[in-house]
Amino acid sequence: MSTSEILHVERAGYLAAIEDLKSQGFEMCADVTAVDYLTNMGRQLPDGVVPQRYEVVVVLLSLAKRSRMRIRVQVPEDDPTIETLFFLYPGSEAMEREVYDLFGIKFVNHPDLTRILMPQDWDGHPLRKDYSVGAVPVQFKSVNGAG
Amino acid sequence: MGKKMDDTAKADGLSGKEAGSFSLIPETSEGLQEMQLEDQTNPNELSTEFGSTLRLPEGIDVNPADIDIEFADEKMIINMGPQHPSTHGVLRLMMELDGEVILRTKPVVGYLHTGMEKTGENLTYLQGPTNVTRMDYLSPLHNELVFSLATEKLLGLELPERATWIRMLMTELNRCTSHLMWMATNGMDLGSTSMMLYGFREREMILAFFEKVTGLRMNHNYIRPGGVAADLPDGWEDDVMSILETIPGRLDEYDELLTGQPIFRERVDNVGILTAEQAVALSATGPILRSTGVAWDLRRDMPYLNYDQVEFDVIVGSVGDCFDRYSVRLNEIRESLRIIAQVVEKMPSGDYRIQDKKVTPPPRIRIDESMEALIHHFKLFTHGFKIPEGEVYVAVESPRGELGCYLVSDGSNRPYRMHIRGPSFVNLQTLPAMLRGGIIADAIAAISSVDPVMGEVDR
Repeated sequence: MSTSEILHVERAGYLAAIEDLKSQGFEMCADVTAVDYLTNMGRQLPDGVVPQRYEVVVVLLSLAKRSRMRIRVQVPEDDPTIETLFFLYPGSEAMEREVYDLFGIKFVNHPDLTRILMPQDWDGHPLRKDYSVGAVPVQFKSVNGAG
Repeated sequence: MGKKMDDTAKADGLSGKEAGSFSLIPETSEGLQEMQLEDQTNPNELSTEFGSTLRLPEGIDVNPADIDIEFADEKMIINMGPQHPSTHGVLRLMMELDGEVILRTKPVVGYLHTGMEKTGENLTYLQGPTNVTRMDYLSPLHNELVFSLATEKLLGLELPERATWIRMLMTELNRCTSHLMWMATNGMDLGSTSMMLYGFREREMILAFFEKVTGLRMNHNYIRPGGVAADLPDGWEDDVMSILETIPGRLDEYDELLTGQPIFRERVDNVGILTAEQAVALSATGPILRSTGVAWDLRRDMPYLNYDQVEFDVIVGSVGDCFDRYSVRLNEIRESLRIIAQVVEKMPSGDYRIQDKKVTPPPRIRIDESMEALIHHFKLFTHGFKIPEGEVYVAVESPRGELGCYLVSDGSNRPYRMHIRGPSFVNLQTLPAMLRGGIIADAIAAISSVDPVMGEVDR
């Protein structure tokens, strides 16, 4: 299995940390995703990392060194914003739109922060833990003349 | 779309109401997700057109604020899809055209979104593969594989050798079916109807073998956490050998039919060119990345299963055009067959699933004899097993590129978060770069060469 390292960074130094990693040879952004830890706030984290509700997870890939780096950033509930990686990795655009769509985390300076999977007028962010399955009422209509 | 139509109508001196025949019903509009006119588009988004965010030589000095927005009458934004036969499902591309030349492209996706990541949070780990297998429906076994590998990594399981080799055999065969299907549809898109039939004929042969092994032709739920669902049936070697004997000859026929054929070459040569810098910047993986000359294959570079014990070549292109993507895929089928031949040779005997009672149900025969075995079986399939707290990212090389699974466990019997990094979803971002400056007829070839599977894009 591939070698993979985990790095916890503060939200304030997030962009600088990624820029530093990019200069170290992590030339591709493989994945951007997020987790809503609403019901699991007591999770295990290294010392010094204050758990927040959201966690943005970025997977960087170094083709030359054949290694991966996973960056985990804590994002607070009352201010769900984080810098965009678009200017470092243009390929993160669609993935950040997906995180915005499904978690409601806003990416500052993202060129086109719109919903990507859900319709534009959708209410709520489905992958949040307080968005329950079946939250959208389904109306069954009877056929005229039947029953 | 309605908004833009209204704007055009206003420019013509008509009010929105008078131009009613132009405007669409607002509720069906995707609003801001759609491609906007240039003056309504974020300058940073426009700057990608010139390659300035992609760090391309010609675009490196472009300041987003300096981009000239021309209001030419000939420019128009049109929709291609979501019901266009060449878009392989419900892909919708909005293109800004100047005559027949494509200036900007924006893929609009989400028509097939069914919330599978949310569904995955409500299924146990044993039910998980049933869900993920439906994402990329042309390579279902890879989806099951990546989910199972992630689960096993969190559990810290060591699989029996035979299970690992069976997984390799099945996923490599699956790579062949997926690429054959691509050859078929690509041929169809470019006007070769016979290729459509040939591709399906060969794929059918492998699907028949899948049906024999897993019981299903698609969406197998065969690779599960702890191993595979069933052992290979008696006589499987003969079936695989007949596949290995038949398909190489057929691939040579494809070479005659397409590779050397001038009409086909005219459609694909130097069409939809992507450079290596663009591909890496846009996070493209799989045949798209390899076609630009970057030799990156997770099977070789970050080996999983037993890929470090087999010999195969990583196929790369040089130009990064549609023809390179075609030949990379065609030759990858040959390499897959080479791997399969080695797997057949090396297939050890032994268990096809781990003998860990926490993960593996008792054998069927025991259920008839023992009440405890029945209870055990029932508990395993209703409650599943618990996984220690943790998070893991595992990636495999699917026929379309890096297929990743990010799995978070909170110690219960269901994933706390299950995220699939779909290669098609990310690869779609290369389309605007490929299509810029080309003509609409080339777009058909380029869309086909990206090989998007919308089930995986939208998940």
